[in-house]
Amino acid sequence: MRLTIALAGNPNSGKSTMFNDLTGSNQYVGNWPGVTVEKKEGKLKGMPGVVIQDLPGIYSLSPYTLEEVVSRNYLINEKPGAIINIVDGSNLERNLYLTTQLMEIGIPMVIALNMIDVVRKNGDTINVKKLSEALGCDIVETSALKGEGSVQVAQRAGELAKIGYQGERAHVFGGTVEHSIAHIEDLIRDKVEERYLRWYSIKLFERDEKVMEQLKLSPDILKNIENITADCEKEMDDDAESIVTNERYAYISRLMQSCLIKKPRKGNMTVSDRIDRVVTNRFLALPIFVAVMFVMYYIAVTTIGAIVTDFTNDTLFGAWIMEPLAAWLEGAGTAGWLSSLVVDGIIGGVGAVLGFVPQMLILFLMLAILEDVGYMARVAFIMDRIFRRFGLSGKSFIPMLIGSGCSVPGIMASRTIENERDRRMTVMTTSFIPCGAKMPIVALIAGAIFGNAWWVAPSCYFIGVAAVIVSGVILKKTRMFAGEPAPFVMELPTYHAPAASNVLRSMWERGWSFIRRAGTIILLASMGIWFFSSFGIIDGAFVMADMEESMLAAAGNFMAPLFAPLGFGNWRATVATVMGLVAKEEIVGVLGVLARVSGDALELVEEGAFAGLAGIAGMFTTASAFAYLLFNLLCAPCFAAIGAMRREMNSGKWTWFAVGYLCVFAYAVAMIYYQLASLFTTGAFTVATTVAVILLFALIYLLFRKPADYASAGIKQKQLRAGV
Amino acid sequence: MKTLRQMKVGESATVTRLRGEGAVKRRIMDMGIIKGTEVYVRKVAPLGDPMELNVRGYELSVRKADCDMIEVEQL
Repeated sequence: MRLTIALAGNPNSGKSTMFNDLTGSNQYVGNWPGVTVEKKEGKLKGMPGVVIQDLPGIYSLSPYTLEEVVSRNYLINEKPGAIINIVDGSNLERNLYLTTQLMEIGIPMVIALNMIDVVRKNGDTINVKKLSEALGCDIVETSALKGEGSVQVAQRAGELAKIGYQGERAHVFGGTVEHSIAHIEDLIRDKVEERYLRWYSIKLFERDEKVMEQLKLSPDILKNIENITADCEKEMDDDAESIVTNERYAYISRLMQSCLIKKPRKGNMTVSDRIDRVVTNRFLALPIFVAVMFVMYYIAVTTIGAIVTDFTNDTLFGAWIMEPLAAWLEGAGTAGWLSSLVVDGIIGGVGAVLGFVPQMLILFLMLAILEDVGYMARVAFIMDRIFRRFGLSGKSFIPMLIGSGCSVPGIMASRTIENERDRRMTVMTTSFIPCGAKMPIVALIAGAIFGNAWWVAPSCYFIGVAAVIVSGVILKKTRMFAGEPAPFVMELPTYHAPAASNVLRSMWERGWSFIRRAGTIILLASMGIWFFSSFGIIDGAFVMADMEESMLAAAGNFMAPLFAPLGFGNWRATVATVMGLVAKEEIVGVLGVLARVSGDALELVEEGAFAGLAGIAGMFTTASAFAYLLFNLLCAPCFAAIGAMRREMNSGKWTWFAVGYLCVFAYAVAMIYYQLASLFTTGAFTVATTVAVILLFALIYLLFRKPADYASAGIKQKQLRAGV
Repeated sequence: MKTLRQMKVGESATVTRLRGEGAVKRRIMDMGIIKGTEVYVRKVAPLGDPMELNVRGYELSVRKADCDMIEVEQL
């Protein structure tokens, strides 16, 4: 028999440590259907047939956040055999708030009173027996970090699951509210399963819209419930949601008085507070933040990161795999196309992607440490003021910073952002920041066309940041990102030393999810590009061809007019842009090949030998060259980054929207620039100039328009439906 | 009526009323800020927003705009 035990608790209560402790390496990580909330389940160690379902870290079971909705839907619809509720003993009052809600669901529950070692260290005493009797739940003292008690909790949960539903638990509310709830219970008794009756009744009392929709009650019953609720509200002089919350906390306060003895402390400063006095200090916070970010960037991008990336790309995939393999295939007399497919298409494509993995692992390791220690929440606290103006989170700073090295880990670093909207916005805009692979294009344009002008490279970063800000402001006002503002009411968790097992596991999970994607979508996309660039129709025959005669070149010829308003409507520039999807530095190499530059264009750029690149320079004017640079900086990123976007958005639709947005935005910006630059230099005013001016005004309009009030429109609709 | 936003760092106050409705209000209540709760203003973020509060023995950061929804009586 398969038994599922759900693991529920507040964020920072030690839940993931407990989950790792219970399941070991038997874990499966995915997403809850349709949302980007991570779903983890695992087999319980030492008890075959028992599955532990980790629920997102939540503070409540309200209908307002994704995580909370996912959790309560799971508990009500999937009906797990038992719940393990992890409660942080060192933060008992707020943690028990969720407990009072879980108690209402008629599922057997055991409380893991976690961080008991911290409680003892603080000199506090919790009367477990009394607390357990009051709540009507078994309590096991645990310290997940030290591996204490986890097994007992799981065993107890298993036993309780066998016993099943045992009737209602302690009543939390006062007489008036209990009276109303009892009335509602009578009204819906035959509509819901008995063990969920109390939960549904309380939700209906709270006017929980999700539950109202789900139960499909008759208008008569709904009206009755509304009367009961309204009467109670009148009597208590407050709204139902507030009444319920107030009474829960009042109940918990009473429990605290009888079950918790706090050792009196000198002042109200804990160790964590003292650390925070320095770390988020008015004057020191920003310098410390800059220092932490610098160290992270220096290690993950500049030094160790660059070394391991170069090693995997050049040595491991280049010298150790691709070269011997190519030689072996040639020696074995393999057909040219097959050996090209294997070496250039598959290994080259996947290698270009897997080359990022070691660097990503280093970065994820450091992010995991920052998260585990509790610094991540402080990053949001410090940076919130700036980023929220653009519809981003304070935590968006890290993806952007990492994105200046490589967009792939940058996009994946957005996973630390809790709010789905902020995360989507971050994922969409991170690739605007010029990554390392775009630097050769910048150097090429700056060197070969602008005579190494100093301002080209800095202006690229400036444009990247401006693109993020402009997009943030524009997108924030669209329907897709509108709605009620996400509440930024965030706990600043107590600092604690990072646990090696947590940190390593988190690092590996993120890395692995990327590797898996590299093996599927990114591989297919790379092979597709290889196919189109290596085959062509020559003299009516379908043969393997040089890039100039390939299908890609033909497609480039066909697509080139599309880019004419941007100034680079020739097939070479177009093909190079498409090849940039494999890896952005490819653009330089491909331009070199197509312009018949002698030698490797990428190497010439690195050496600064721009004289040899005259062939490429001849393809552009100064205006079209900068427009080309703009377009390639801002348009869709490489396949690896698109794969990462797909992974983080968990939606094909959103990924396509993001890629489409990037391309359209890049096109508009490059066109506005090229047309206006042409106008000022040549004075020629054409149809395209008119379009560019219209685009510019459209952009300015989108930037400064007053956002339509979708949120209040939604409320009005609801009021209409409710007949108010 | 004084709101939490007007409190200075190092001051304590008792919540007298929560304005507003919907997700933000519910979230503030879920985190333990309700009528009668004692709140201590620990600090303000270096860039001037959000505020850090001590509530029920833990640290909570709330934006000033949301603090304006919380009516208080200074202690």
